[in-house]
Amino acid sequence: MFWLNTKRILKAGFVGFWRNGSVSLSSVLIMTVTLFALGGLIFAGAILRSSLQQIQDKVDVNVYFVPTALEGDIEALKSKLESLPEVAVVEYVSRDQALENFKVRHVNDEITLQALDELGDNPLGALLNIRAKQTSQYEGIAKFLDSEAGESGSFIDKVNYYQNKAAIDTLSRIITGGTTVGFGVTLMLVLISIIIAFNTIRLAIYISREEISVMRLVGANNKYIRGPFIVAGVMYGVVSACITIILFYPATYWVSSITRTFFSGFDMWSYYVSNFGLIFVVIVGTGAILGAIGSMLAVRRYLKV
Amino acid sequence: MIHFDKVSKIYSDDSIALDEVTLKIGPKEFVSVVGHSGAGKTTLIKMILAEERPTHGTVMFETFDVHRLRRSDIPKYRRRIGTVFQDFRLLPNKTIFENIAFAMEAAGKTDAEIQSDVPHVLELVDLGRKIWSFPHELSGGEKQRVAIARAIVNQPDIIIADEPTGNLDPVNTFDIVQILKKINDLGTTVILTTHNKGIIDSVGGRVITMEKGRVVRDDSQGRYAI
Repeated sequence: MFWLNTKRILKAGFVGFWRNGSVSLSSVLIMTVTLFALGGLIFAGAILRSSLQQIQDKVDVNVYFVPTALEGDIEALKSKLESLPEVAVVEYVSRDQALENFKVRHVNDEITLQALDELGDNPLGALLNIRAKQTSQYEGIAKFLDSEAGESGSFIDKVNYYQNKAAIDTLSRIITGGTTVGFGVTLMLVLISIIIAFNTIRLAIYISREEISVMRLVGANNKYIRGPFIVAGVMYGVVSACITIILFYPATYWVSSITRTFFSGFDMWSYYVSNFGLIFVVIVGTGAILGAIGSMLAVRRYLKV
Repeated sequence: MIHFDKVSKIYSDDSIALDEVTLKIGPKEFVSVVGHSGAGKTTLIKMILAEERPTHGTVMFETFDVHRLRRSDIPKYRRRIGTVFQDFRLLPNKTIFENIAFAMEAAGKTDAEIQSDVPHVLELVDLGRKIWSFPHELSGGEKQRVAIARAIVNQPDIIIADEPTGNLDPVNTFDIVQILKKINDLGTTVILTTHNKGIIDSVGGRVITMEKGRVVRDDSQGRYAI
């Protein structure tokens, strides 16, 4: 009996979805907007995470040495740093390498290069690039370097962590703020469209209220009446989810050129393609659940008595 | 079979739909209920169908109180009653076959039973050729015959017909009444509400006359007398 009823409910749901074409179409359209907004929320979250990650990756501490510093002293400091548990990588840039890097950076700046030639001698000191395992550990490393500078006195020219930190903090705040506002607006949009989607389903079922009363009068039990409406609701969700998933393909491709420029290389299309499985499950699952809950709530009203 | 015991339905002090109605309807009876609009005919029927609860009194069906049934038992109870309404109340998005099959599915009938009984019952109301039509493709008389087919397909104990001919022309009205009489002859109790004097006079049988929520006449071989 259970299987027979399930089969009948599924069939009635599919047939009802198909025969109430215009009602189904409007529900599907509204639901598509909702799921599109939900997808937007997923992408906004990804942009937020990726931007913050990229900024964090840019954080490092540079220790500049005076040009007269001995390579052996620098090597000794490097080993000390590497033994610290917070430190991930320490990169040594020699004086010659620093000069080379400087020249490459200013390849189009004739005046600067000429000025460098005038000097004759290499004015640049060697430096160490230090990367911590976690952003929060830079503070400790900087303090360690400060104490080292105090001890070994002259050969450390400057530690640039504090200037970097101010700039990076400001940039983080701007990006976090901007993306959080975007995230919040999208979240609002999702909530509003969920309410609209629920209302559309409610209207679709309101049209069928007479039908529900007839079903009750011929002795159908509530489960049997509710079932096909829930199946149709799930179908609204699944069909809209499929439309949304298909639309995201060209949409993310089109938007990715913009996101690449604005969000330091974040490629929305690649993100979509590489996370397709997860996004598919979230969108289809949400669509199906929204449709089912919307229908269940809407039918409940007409099943009293 | 059905026993109303001092049943009242009071919506407010100046809106009393039923006022201390007491009556009995036995098996295999053909009972016509007549009265002006607002006399309480439809409320009486809603009481039998457990659609409305009485303010006072009890409605017994065989041995149980209709309004003490658990909510989950009401569908099962309703399957023992076939209903026919003035506005047909067919499911608009289902074919004639599916409309009748729905009532059978609700009663838990198998696919094989549905496949054999639906065409048969449609033949009985002379609509075999319209089996795959949708309700909007049928005339009023045809729709009402489908409603009757749906009402009888589960072989209920009672058929309740609430103004079944209200929207029909005289020819269709006559046909519908003949079908109801035939159903009654086969042993099913029929409760018919109507305004139509011609129907009452042609059916004969018991006539209950209602006025302002009360039963004012109950004649075993009545005629239309309002």
